[in-house]
Order: sequence, then C-alpha cells, then structure tokens
Amino acid sequence: MHLSLREVSHSYGATRVLEGISLEVPAGGILCIVGPSGCGKSTLLRLIGGLERPTAGDIVQVGTPPPGCLNPLTYVFQDFALLPWRSAQGNIRLVLEDHGLSRRRTREIIDDVLARTRLSEYRDVLPRNLSGGMKQRVAIARALAVNPAVMLMDEPLSALDAQTRELLMEDLVALWLRAPFTAVYVTHNLAEAVRLGHRVAVLSRRPGRLRELVSIDKPLEQRTRTDPDLAGIERHLWEIMRQQAEEADQELLDG
Amino acid sequence: MDESRRKAGPPPAAAGSRPATRPVPYRGGGFRPRRVGWVGPLVFAGLIALAEWGTRSGWIGALTLPRPSDVAATLWQMALSGRLWAHLAPSLARLGVGAALGVAAGVSVGLAIGLFTYVRAGLVPLVAALFPIPKIALLPLFVIWFGIDEASKYALIAFGTFTPTVVATYGAVDNVDRTLIRMGQSFGLSWGSIVRKIVIPGAMPGILSGLRISLAIAVILLVAAEMLGAEFGIGAFILEAGSLYDLEQLFAGVAILSLLGVAISFFIGLAERRLLHWRA
Repeated sequence: MHLSLREVSHSYGATRVLEGISLEVPAGGILCIVGPSGCGKSTLLRLIGGLERPTAGDIVQVGTPPPGCLNPLTYVFQDFALLPWRSAQGNIRLVLEDHGLSRRRTREIIDDVLARTRLSEYRDVLPRNLSGGMKQRVAIARALAVNPAVMLMDEPLSALDAQTRELLMEDLVALWLRAPFTAVYVTHNLAEAVRLGHRVAVLSRRPGRLRELVSIDKPLEQRTRTDPDLAGIERHLWEIMRQQAEEADQELLDG
Repeated sequence: MDESRRKAGPPPAAAGSRPATRPVPYRGGGFRPRRVGWVGPLVFAGLIALAEWGTRSGWIGALTLPRPSDVAATLWQMALSGRLWAHLAPSLARLGVGAALGVAAGVSVGLAIGLFTYVRAGLVPLVAALFPIPKIALLPLFVIWFGIDEASKYALIAFGTFTPTVVATYGAVDNVDRTLIRMGQSFGLSWGSIVRKIVIPGAMPGILSGLRISLAIAVILLVAAEMLGAEFGIGAFILEAGSLYDLEQLFAGVAILSLLGVAISFFIGLAERRLLHWRA
C-alpha cells in the first residue's frame, strides 16, 4: 500500500498553511519532510494520518494494507504520548486491546516489539522511570505492534539530547534494515533527514509549497555521520532552507 | 564559630592579597511537602493535653469547655451501653447512601459535560445556579418530595455532594492531556476505550481531590439533616445534648464527627496512593 497526495492545501481561517502539495509516499521507503519552522510540515503529517481534514485536495491510499495490519497509518509523536499510568508493556497493550486478539497473540506481539526495541527488561517500568530515549523506543515499539502500512513520525527525536538522538537514529536504521517499513518522517534537523531519508521533500516557508524533492540513493546501512556525500546533500538542502528561513524570519519581524 | 564566619564573610574594602571566599548561599528547596506521619497525631495530642491541663488547673472554666477526659469517659460509656452504635449506624448509612448517589451522579454528569459540547452548554450554567444554594434550605422541600424518612436525608446529602463533584470532574476532564487523546484516536481506539482508558484515568487526580471537598460537605449536611428531623443519628444526638447543655455529650458527638472526617480523609488518601501510584 502507498499514499498519494494530490494538490493538498490547508488553511487555518485566513492563514494559508499549505499550498498545492502533490507527493507520493512509495511503499518500503522513508520520505523525510524538512522545512523552516512554521512551514506546516507537522500539519501536513496530521493531514496524511487523518487527524485533520485538508481544506482542498485529496490524500488517498493506493492498494490495500498488508495482512495483519491493525492500524495502517500510525504515528510516532515528538512528545512520546505515553500513558503515564501504564507500564511499557501496558502502553503497547493499549493499542492491541480493541482488536480482539487472543491473550497469547497479544503476548507474542508485545514480546516481539519489546525485543526489537531492546526493551524486554523494562516491560513493567512506568514511563516516569524511563529515560527520554527509552520512552521514545516504547512509543516506536507501540507503533510497530500494530504492524502499520505507513509510519508517520513527527520529529520523533527532537525532544531528545544529541547523544540519545544519535543512538536512536542507529536503532531506527537497524529496525528498517531488519524489516523495511514505509515512513513519513518530519524533522527540522537536516542531518536526520539525510541519514534516514530515501527521499527528502523540502517545503518552502509559509504557505508551505513543495520546493524540491531530493533522492538519496546510498543505502541506509552505508550512511555514516561523517559521510562526505551526505554532507554535500545536507549543504545543498541547507542552501534552500537558509534562504527560506531567512525570509520567514524577516517576515515575522515585519509582522 | 562566630569568629570564623566573620572571617569568611564578604571582603572589606581594603582586603588582603587573597580574595575572600564564602559558600554560595543555598536558595533552592521548599514548595514540596513531604509525608510525615507523626506530626498530625502530635498536634491533636497537644491540643487535647492543653485543654485537659487548662480545665484541671481552672483557667478554662467548666462551662467554657468540658474536660477531655470526661468527654472520653462519656464516649466510652456510650460505646458500652450501645447508644454510640445506635446513633452512629443510621448516620453512617445515610452518609454512605447519600454520598454514593451524589458522587456517582456527579462524576457521570461531570464526564458528560467534559465530553459533549451541548451537555456542557446546557448544564454548566445550571450547575453554577445550583452550586451556591445552601442545600439545607431545601430540606423542607425534600421532605415534601421524598417523605420525612430516610429518603429525604439521602436526597439532601446526594444533592449536596453532586454539585462540587460535577465541577471537580469536568475541570479534571478538561485538564486531561489532549495529545494522549489524539494518540488514542490515531491508533484507532474506540470512543469507549478512549474514555475508559485515557480520559477517566487522566481525570482521576482531579476527581479524587474534588471528592475530599464533596465528602466533607456530605458530613455537614448529614448533621444538618439529622438535626431537623431524626430520632437517631449523630446530629440528633448533638442537638439533644446541646438543648440540655450537656457539654460532655455535645463534645462527644463533635469528636465523633471529627473522627469521621479524619477517617474519610484517610480513605481518600489511601485511594490516591492506590489509584495514582503512577504520579511522581
């Protein structure tokens, strides 16, 4: 299954946030969306997952979700959105409870996703006793548990410190290599975008339009923090962003 | 000690070659009450000891305050003769039934106000209109509606606990983290699941702290209702003692009410520790 966006526009009242965005989210790859702050990238993600309705344009699912998929479009949120009164496994169980799975099947899924995110030892720990990185891994485990067709990741690493971010990025790459998933990954961090994205969509400042779509062919497992090719792409993305960011900044000053 | 502190103090204008040092003053701490179990009982014991000493030594007159040991003796006799139980049992039943009805209705209506636009629009002004009415003023009306027996007392206590519970509950629902609700929706949870597993647990801290106020109001209304028309009950007992100017009995009744208040507070504290163990 893949997603297709056709001429999607969105406004809040008189403020135009997104304008005429047409984009394909091909199956099995990670599409990163970057752009200056306030360009509507998080709004676009909410539209894609059906948490908001676009003012104009269509967002369509092409094909059927894979068998065993409990929730085709699944989010990973910036602030984790874990229930503080449920343990790690309780938070994962939450999203399985409504599907009438057998007790054994539920347990199998929880064991599997906790193992994949290296959290098996922490299954009974409450979120307040987990570090930021672990909380986000619980949230990723929760997303994996419903076997999504497309993962919608809204700045999943932005609430974490630099070291944790690096570690979690490696985790995400490892997860993708083990079982490739489709994802839309919104970030303002270009380093994340070039490390994780098969394609990077650059949005302009508000109202957000699609400025450029960059494909990165290097396989994820060969990308490193110091890769010169990636640094070149990151520089190129930054040149586009810089101009947009400067203009946006000026606009805010002008009121 | 004083000497050394003076030496380590701020440098005088013409200080020597070595710059003076002093520890950075500590400014953090506080604003975080801890649980200390022994202070509460100590305050009670201290006040009672003061009253006992004052009445024995004579600077508190016998008509001003009865001697605490006499009050205790009265309570003990009441317990032995069974009179204590005869008054306490109907009071507890009225409190239990009335408060249970009021809290159940209050939490339900509060949830509905928190969840549904039109229920909110319709009922919030109504609750605001009902809240400030002294419920005791309505007792005659309740007697006409529900009869002179238990039902009117249940209704009074239920009505009195209802409004504060509603206000506390919908405030608590409003404060539930919206991102958690969006998360539930994004995973396709059913409406009922979101309410049961996200909204209600998230509102529980606010509901329980509202319960403290509601139940204290319930005790006040219980006594008021029993004073106006009951043969047995703590309120009737206090009224009778008061009209006979039997201060020992009066204070014995008051002591029972205080104990009731402490017991309610204890049980709510217990519920908070059990239901809200996930909070830091």
